[in-house]
Amino acid sequence: MAEREQKKRPAPRESEEKIEATPVASEEGEKLKSELDDLLDEIDEVLETNAEDFVKSYIQKGGQ
Amino acid sequence: MAIPKTIGVETEYGILLRGTEESNPIAASSLLINAYLNAERDGPAPRVGWDFEDESPGMDQRGFAPLGSMPPEVETHLVNAVLTNGARYYVDHAHPEISTPECTNARDIVLFDRAAELIAIRSMEAADHVLPAGQNLVVYKNNSDGKGNSYGCHENYLVDRATPFSRIVTHATAHFITRQIFTGSGKVGSEAPGITSEEVPFQLTQRADFFEEEVGLETTLKRPIINTRDEPHADAQKYRRLHVIVGDANMSQVSTFLKVGTTAIVLALIEDDFLPREHIFAAPVQAMREVSYDLTLAKPYELASGASITAIQVQWDLLEQGKKYVEERGTENVGGDVAHEVLRRWEDVLTALEDDPMQLATQLDWVAKYRLMQSFRDRHDIAWDDARLAALDIQYHDLRPARCLFNKLGVEAIVDDSEAIEAMLSPPTDTRAYFRGECLKRWPEQIVAANWDSMVFDVGDEPLRRVPMMEPTRGTREHVGNLFTECDSAADLLERLGN
Repeated sequence: MAEREQKKRPAPRESEEKIEATPVASEEGEKLKSELDDLLDEIDEVLETNAEDFVKSYIQKGGQ
Repeated sequence: MAIPKTIGVETEYGILLRGTEESNPIAASSLLINAYLNAERDGPAPRVGWDFEDESPGMDQRGFAPLGSMPPEVETHLVNAVLTNGARYYVDHAHPEISTPECTNARDIVLFDRAAELIAIRSMEAADHVLPAGQNLVVYKNNSDGKGNSYGCHENYLVDRATPFSRIVTHATAHFITRQIFTGSGKVGSEAPGITSEEVPFQLTQRADFFEEEVGLETTLKRPIINTRDEPHADAQKYRRLHVIVGDANMSQVSTFLKVGTTAIVLALIEDDFLPREHIFAAPVQAMREVSYDLTLAKPYELASGASITAIQVQWDLLEQGKKYVEERGTENVGGDVAHEVLRRWEDVLTALEDDPMQLATQLDWVAKYRLMQSFRDRHDIAWDDARLAALDIQYHDLRPARCLFNKLGVEAIVDDSEAIEAMLSPPTDTRAYFRGECLKRWPEQIVAANWDSMVFDVGDEPLRRVPMMEPTRGTREHVGNLFTECDSAADLLERLGN
């Protein structure tokens, strides 16, 4: 029931809604968005290719 | 009475041998460190071993060891080296661990913590030359594998022995619970039993899930908010070393700076009884977790008095007292001029956290990571329990420069790498680490072993000579710098010290 909503807004936080509610409708906003897009492109490139296998393989012994 | 804070940070890193099915973390950690020691034997790692003479991690601050508690083991047989910058590099609990040299302020901790990262990076490169083709070792600066296994980043602060331990417990607990709002490295989900991704999709810290007690001696199970290990590595009549195990390993230098800088100030406030208000949480262990789970930072917590308070209000109160303290008593005991920068950044960060935490995406780890994850989720339209987010969480802390996601987020650095490269080689000048490091640089062949509070020399005909260093703020450049310019040999130095 809550699944779709949870996907979109899993951790309701006022501050973030504020950001979403008042998008910076200016060049600066566009610039920020394009920077973030570039960053996400880059991250898609370097992110572990098989996320599930990688996460499974990352097992550590408990330490202090 | 407050004493000048001598501070050190010890980080256990995650480690992964990639390209093979076999995985023995102790062997992998040993290989990593040995690769560095072999590559740098003529430089920062002259093959001088650690001296275990004075280790007694089972001693308890409360003056007794409670029945059934498990004193930490000392692993004396594994690789364990002292470096020319005064740091210790060793295998601990199946992890590579680097302890910074003793520092006097938060900025130097940031510097030597960055130097430790560079040492780990250099170690990975050296290990690649030793490993079969297709295999490589990767080091992660985080505190959990996402499967319930945690490893620590511990802070150590020298405090006045005369300060009642119960007073430290009261006030430090309130600080440790609430400082998480700026010290957290962020984590997707929760590793506490029975908590789902719906309940906690993302939290402020890596470590909060793993604390089960208020006060205790353990570090590997039933971890306490206040650790009572009583092993000062200094004159035990005068000093305590408060061993802090609640913190996250931070990628962000601003987070490290604030974590250490604010804690040093709070400890001085405690020593000088400068805190008029006590914030005794009704349920500290629960509050520790709930602060980490509450991304709105608005949740009030019940105090033993019946009143309630938010984490940010506790921090505002500590900051206010800290400012007053520095105005009235100066900065001598809280890191000198660096304390002014701590107060300034502390205030800036609390102001922004209150207004809109997302403003701190280029300052604090948890905000940087949270924003990255939110953008990633938006682009790929995925839920919080998607494996890609778990992978992204781990890779945020990957120390390989090309793979490290943190590196791509434009987070502010406090120290330059050029300075940190020098700090891989040379010790701080204003603690006994200076004496240790400078001796190791000059006369590694004459040093049999070293540890925090002594060094053992072998200069030939005589029996081995142990030089005690029970005062962490002696052995500085100011005290002994001229000895290093005037002495040609370790034998000369020992003779001068003997007179």
